[in-house]
Amino acid sequence: MKLTKLTALAATTALCAPMAMAADMANEMTIVSWGGAYQESQLKAYVVPYQEMHPDLKVIWDESSAEATAKMRAMTEAGNVTWDLVDVVASDAMRMCDEGLAAELDHDEVLAAAPDGTPASEDFGELIVSDCFVPQIVYSTTFGYRMDKVGDTPPSSICDIFDTAKYPGKRALQKRPIDNVEWALYCDGVAKDEIYDVLSTDEGVERALAKLDSIKDQVVWWTAGAETPQLLADGEVVMGSTFNGRLFSAIAEQNQPIDMLWDMQSFDLDGWIVPADLPEDRKARVMDFLKFATDTQRLADQAKFISYGPARASSAPLVGKHAILGIDMAPHMPTDPANAGNVHVYDYEWWADNRDDLDAKFQAWLAK
Amino acid sequence: MSDTTHTGPVLAADGTPLKRSLARALRMQKIRALMLIAPLLLFVLLTFILPIADMLFRSVENKIVSDTLPKTVVALKDWDANSGETPDEAIFAALAADLQVAAQEKTHTRVGSRLNYENPGISSLFRKAGRKVKRWDLAEDGPFREQFIKIDEDWADPEVWRTIQTYSGAYTNGYFLNAADFQKGAEGAELRPENERIYGTLFLRTLIMSLAITVSCIVLGYPVAWILANLPSRTANLLMILVLLPFWTSLLVRTSAWKVMLQQQGVINDTLVWLGLVADDARLVMINNQFGTIVAMTHILLPFMILPMYSVMQTINPSYLRAAKSLGATNWTAFWRVYFPQSVPGIGAGSILVFILAIGYYITPELVGGTKGVFISNRIAFHISQSLNWGLAAALGSILLVVVLALYWAYDKIVGIDNVKLG
Repeated sequence: MKLTKLTALAATTALCAPMAMAADMANEMTIVSWGGAYQESQLKAYVVPYQEMHPDLKVIWDESSAEATAKMRAMTEAGNVTWDLVDVVASDAMRMCDEGLAAELDHDEVLAAAPDGTPASEDFGELIVSDCFVPQIVYSTTFGYRMDKVGDTPPSSICDIFDTAKYPGKRALQKRPIDNVEWALYCDGVAKDEIYDVLSTDEGVERALAKLDSIKDQVVWWTAGAETPQLLADGEVVMGSTFNGRLFSAIAEQNQPIDMLWDMQSFDLDGWIVPADLPEDRKARVMDFLKFATDTQRLADQAKFISYGPARASSAPLVGKHAILGIDMAPHMPTDPANAGNVHVYDYEWWADNRDDLDAKFQAWLAK
Repeated sequence: MSDTTHTGPVLAADGTPLKRSLARALRMQKIRALMLIAPLLLFVLLTFILPIADMLFRSVENKIVSDTLPKTVVALKDWDANSGETPDEAIFAALAADLQVAAQEKTHTRVGSRLNYENPGISSLFRKAGRKVKRWDLAEDGPFREQFIKIDEDWADPEVWRTIQTYSGAYTNGYFLNAADFQKGAEGAELRPENERIYGTLFLRTLIMSLAITVSCIVLGYPVAWILANLPSRTANLLMILVLLPFWTSLLVRTSAWKVMLQQQGVINDTLVWLGLVADDARLVMINNQFGTIVAMTHILLPFMILPMYSVMQTINPSYLRAAKSLGATNWTAFWRVYFPQSVPGIGAGSILVFILAIGYYITPELVGGTKGVFISNRIAFHISQSLNWGLAAALGSILLVVVLALYWAYDKIVGIDNVKLG
């Protein structure tokens, strides 16, 4: 009995499938993301609801966003791009757009307008940093510290990182010059809006490295975002930089004795790009999904699962409580006014030009 | 005996010369043998030799400049880089024509980033110019010299043009120079500024640490292999499982386990503090440095040393040792003069395996090496997946390959590759 029902069901699905599917949409889609809690939030907020509407769609995840540019380049060179939608940070999106690896989009045409009718380009505003980029979240690189190891006066300024007398112990910093050299110059007395002018000179770079030199023997260098929360939990470091969502999960979900230091948090964007030159049917499917996944409600939904701010202005008021813990999410967002008192926005253009040079100097300095 | 005076070729039964007939039979056999291994040969060729050749080729290939800026390259031929003057209108016009095509195909940024490796800042010059040039009318809008300089005054900098001229050939040694801490200056190759030199240190460190890892594997592995080879087989099999079990565990798991063990709040430090051997505020730093890398990699590579040693030691006849002792040798003499020389092929095989594996490792050093314990492979991985400077990665990889081959050659000269036995 059960079996016949199943067979009947399968037969109906098989018969209906071609009809349900819009004539020219592919039924398979490969989404590239970062894995972990972040990918989970995308799955729950966008993919599951979308699949409920399109039950025939098969979604394949690829967790290669960290090497997305390199892989896209290789796939394009080989003439076989297997990805349909790629989640990348803004600077990677700009690189891919410049190199023609990502498709240029008309944001107002392909994205849903806000509920009150504001066109998408206005709703996303300045966060559309490239013609190929559809912003999704605002995250930040910021510091966490062990509450039990900083005494009665917890650090309140970014420059406390460089104060080993007041806060002895190791610090975790990302093993790359970006953010670190800016923080170093800022704490060496350079005004925020002059940081990149100073960095453009050889003396400026020397100055930043000299400042970092003062804590060099106290630094544990990380390359994966999960390392700092782990090092903090183990008590290996007193404070360390990482992405704010990782710290949120250590603090709120795992109840570690960690607190956040939001001063000079470094804002960055993450979002989608669509590979250039996709076949028509695959492109139609991706565009349909993209329109759904970046509408006002969906972006607000994602914030129920992870503490990254939605990139749409119209989503912000809809941010509610954590889906499982039930705590209010707004105070944990990097964009919350209480947290965003002093933020650092890094200069994509400047880094695009100077990355290789600075990296060579930084790595040589590290090796010394 | 009259046959020996016969000068013509020896003939086979069917009248053809025996030599040819034999050669034909042999050729048939060779072809058949070749057919049998053809799938393997093809597989190795397609998946191993070709990618390596392609990789090696990337380290000298530099077509991007002449492909993207063909007219500019030709126009620049006669320009004197040392004159200190900005090129004339003809060259700028050629650049405008090239850039317009390139901007449509979006290849101008690739040229920009290629040249940016040599002269930081060029990338943005090309990007800015590409945006504007796309809209120019080449026939009407000239002259272009002033317009380029208006987009960015760096276009007037002869240094920018010298870079384009220097890297306009289809092949370049620029990547190799970079990989050896050199750069192309106005007068040929020159050493990079001291604060940018890194690869020499890294190559040397990779070699020294790989050697240290190999030596510690020999020291730790030899007694284990000896015990395995000399125990009754039932006990030996049990011990063998202890050797193989970690070998079957994921590399990442084992590396992370070392992190837990070695860190300052880790198991070993906790134990030492508890025993009172180390003060609580002076815990040992055993990870994120060279020591951590050597310990973790020795552990990971140890089975590659033990297994060849074991299989060689198993073939050593124990009666030789007994014979030596019966002739009056002490235990040590018997071991050192009789047993050890016979086990050398095993050490050789294990050492080659461990050393070559170690020299190319990058996951473990990345995780536990900190800054002082990373290998050259970490930089190669970085340039492949992060900075996307594949040419430099290929050059570094080629140098590493040559170093390994040279060491192999030296090893063959000193020890002799015939002395290496895997069983």
